[in-house]
Amino acid sequence: MRYLPKSPSERQEMLEAIGVQSAGDLFRTIPEQFRLKGSLQIPGPLSEAEIIKYFRDRAAENSQGYTSFLGAGVYSHLRSVVTDAMIQRGEFLTSYTPYQAEISQGTLQAIFEFQTLMCELTGQEVANASMWDGSTATTEAVLMAERLTGRRRFLVAQSVHPEYRQVLATYAHNLGLEIELIGFTASGQIDMAVLEAKLGGAGQDAKHTPSRPAPIAGVVVQSPNFFGVIEPVAHIAKLAHHAEALTVVAVAEAVSLGVVRPPVEADIVALEAQSFGMAPSYGGPYAGVITTSEKYVRQMPGRLAGQTTDANGRLGFCLTLATREQHIRRERATSNICTNQALCALAATVHLCLLGKQGLREVAEQNLAKAHFAASELTKIPGVTRAFTGPVFNEFVVRLPRSVRLVNAELLREKIIGPLPLGQSYPHLTKCGLVCVTETTPRSEIERFAAAVKQILSTPV
Amino acid sequence: MPDRIKKARRHPSQNEGLIFDKSAPGKRGIELPPLDVPPVDVRALLGDDYARDAVDGFPEVSEIEVIRHFTRLSTWNYAIDLGMYPLGSCTMKYNPRVNEFVARLEGIASEHPFQPQELSQGCLKIMAALQQCLLEITGMDAITMQPSAGAQGELTGLLLIRACLASRGNPRKRVLIPDSAHGTNPATAVIAGYEVQNIRSDARGQMDVEHLQTLVTDDVAALMVTNPSTLGTFEPRIAEVSALLHARGALLYMDGANMNALAGVARPGDFGVDVMHLNLHKTFSTPHGGGGPGAGPVLVKKELEPFLPVPVLVEKDGRLALDSHRPQSIGRVRAFVGNFGVLVRALAYTLAYGPGIRQATEDAVVNANYIRKQLEGVFELPYSSPSMHEVVFSDARQKKFGVNTMDIAKRLIDYGFHPYTTAFPLIVPGALMIEPTESESKEECDLFIDAMRSIAEEAATEPELVKTAPHATRVGRLDEVGAARRPVLRWRPPAPAKAAD
Repeated sequence: MRYLPKSPSERQEMLEAIGVQSAGDLFRTIPEQFRLKGSLQIPGPLSEAEIIKYFRDRAAENSQGYTSFLGAGVYSHLRSVVTDAMIQRGEFLTSYTPYQAEISQGTLQAIFEFQTLMCELTGQEVANASMWDGSTATTEAVLMAERLTGRRRFLVAQSVHPEYRQVLATYAHNLGLEIELIGFTASGQIDMAVLEAKLGGAGQDAKHTPSRPAPIAGVVVQSPNFFGVIEPVAHIAKLAHHAEALTVVAVAEAVSLGVVRPPVEADIVALEAQSFGMAPSYGGPYAGVITTSEKYVRQMPGRLAGQTTDANGRLGFCLTLATREQHIRRERATSNICTNQALCALAATVHLCLLGKQGLREVAEQNLAKAHFAASELTKIPGVTRAFTGPVFNEFVVRLPRSVRLVNAELLREKIIGPLPLGQSYPHLTKCGLVCVTETTPRSEIERFAAAVKQILSTPV
Repeated sequence: MPDRIKKARRHPSQNEGLIFDKSAPGKRGIELPPLDVPPVDVRALLGDDYARDAVDGFPEVSEIEVIRHFTRLSTWNYAIDLGMYPLGSCTMKYNPRVNEFVARLEGIASEHPFQPQELSQGCLKIMAALQQCLLEITGMDAITMQPSAGAQGELTGLLLIRACLASRGNPRKRVLIPDSAHGTNPATAVIAGYEVQNIRSDARGQMDVEHLQTLVTDDVAALMVTNPSTLGTFEPRIAEVSALLHARGALLYMDGANMNALAGVARPGDFGVDVMHLNLHKTFSTPHGGGGPGAGPVLVKKELEPFLPVPVLVEKDGRLALDSHRPQSIGRVRAFVGNFGVLVRALAYTLAYGPGIRQATEDAVVNANYIRKQLEGVFELPYSSPSMHEVVFSDARQKKFGVNTMDIAKRLIDYGFHPYTTAFPLIVPGALMIEPTESESKEECDLFIDAMRSIAEEAATEPELVKTAPHATRVGRLDEVGAARRPVLRWRPPAPAKAAD
């Protein structure tokens, strides 16, 4: 087998040195009845060429040749070949978590640079080395807010990604956290009147009784939210702070921060960095990250790289504040996270260094321009309107005169993957679909999409 | 002493500052195709409340500077591609390059998780094929591949146990965890809403079944066991433990971190395990990447299947589909289907071996036992129970000279190796936990043995040399206490210079 570096005679030599007849003798501590008699019923062995063929055949069964207008937490953006070349260097790809700092300075410095970039991007003071993804980062941000406030009730915008909310619900259920959903208005933004009433109403006193609701630990919003609409984070945070509650802001489309004001007023930001150099890859791997204020760092989950010196005063980096983590603190850790998404965070770092200050700005401006061009093309079609009035970045919700599913089925014939139907997650948004346009969508495809929708809608049902 | 260190010698490595230090206005590393729609005015469109200017602290550098920066940084890392990485319990094996290639194919990397399922049959077939392989290798009945890593797999597993027990009438209060367990086990149990009760190992480092008997009450939801244990020893009474738990209505959870000792040889499903997770970034060769990404599939027995996270992969009319209508499901543990790209790599690995994966397991166990045999007598073996894929020594003999496991580990760096796992498991004071994996040749194992013997000799004759190691690295031992006391967690732009006089 090509991955195994021993010749039969070397194996024999080693067995003799150990003092056993065969490798099977080394498994004798496994009770006889549990030792497999036959061989496993799995396919293979395959040569490299056969493996490549197998996966090329699978690739051909997917969506190649289709133009997609899907976003909803996963975005197709330009990626430089440089990013993949760098993260495939064996010294990054095949190294372990940098616990042994002296021979992990490359990874550690890159994490330090990642943390810096994430702070600059989100307008926060500290960032961790990565979380699993945006959904789990959001959940961990909520758990962090629970620890910081000692309160257990959260107000969560209904416009937060439905799958992010489902993940939060799974964790919250077992920890006894109370989740209350706050709706949205015609702008597509969180209903500020309801939020204000909940936050300002009775029950924010230290003591609560069965007749009064528990004090609120935090408000959770996503911006741009699931509808692509930018939330009034500054205003939300002001209300929350007045009630001594924290504000958690999830950002699923990180490129937006190239033109959208960062959530500086938020107490905790949970960012999905997939847009920075990571392929959609059918759902992962991506990289989540949490950013926050320095004063909250000791309640932050996940690894952190810090700058320090050796005995000779040479500058270096090491993992730090590990007393928050499971390998030191065990059942009293801030989180159970161990393996994170380090290589994805490295991809984001390389990608952002390539883009730089100007490049990020340009990508974000192109997304903004193309999404608005697409929105104006689509809303020229009779019966097609924008569902919400709030400001958007590269996604927006259209309301069609017909079922989105039926329109999408027709679009597939044109090799177009149409808007994401919202009816299932938001029953009163039937006939509404979420459209995403990025810098990778050519104008000609936007026009073809609009023409196809127009054609479909002009045909009697 | 040119001959003492055989695997490595010094070689210049490039100096490199932070990327931010290279920044100068006007440089760039990417150029975009020109905008093909009318440009927009950001402030006019978003309004002053929502618009921002360019991100100030972002660097401005050219493509070649980015290449040199990260290439230079990379040369400061040790890696499997450079040599043996004997970290116990981490299974640092070869990460086949073809896996990277296929994960990046157009039509695989390019796929969106919300695209129609009829246009995702290739992705779903990949998932189905890996599920079948993992079920066969573990002997379990059903699986979810959603968890992002081992720790999330553990959480998912415990939530499944909780849901299962709740459906029987009582989710119970406590989870039992041996004192030799990985730190994620207790941390996870707490997030699953359970109290942790630590249980001690017996004199052989194995589970004390008689003691366990007194602990399993009607309050106990599950026992979390790592098998082989973190000492690298198979728990010989595992079936008895399982029966004991089942008799009291509790379940057996197995941490599959050490599955590299069992694949193709024995199946947890056969020896009484109810729920387990796998670390695809360990046994199934997906790259650690400096700390992730991984994937932590969870495998269960039939009774727990209704509770699996949504969506579940199902077959309908000859087509694969993701089914979210599962009324008893614990819910979702992360967005989308999981770290799909990691699943692709794990399947490529499994297909490369096929049933021959047993040979990999045997070689891993041969390597560990060979190293054990050659170092026995040089280092203290605190537990003499037979080793499988890893061996745990202690620093008891070197302590006499004031040299501890961390010192030996750091000195190993000078010899061209990554250190073994230090100070774990907690039941062995001053542990040296060595897991060579099947990826090491006899030659590499011999070099390692030679290095360890040489360091033992140094510990006795020149302890200072060992205590102040490493000596050949770019930086020496770092001031970790200072780093934690005054955390510097990010670069900050220099304060704007005062206007020149």
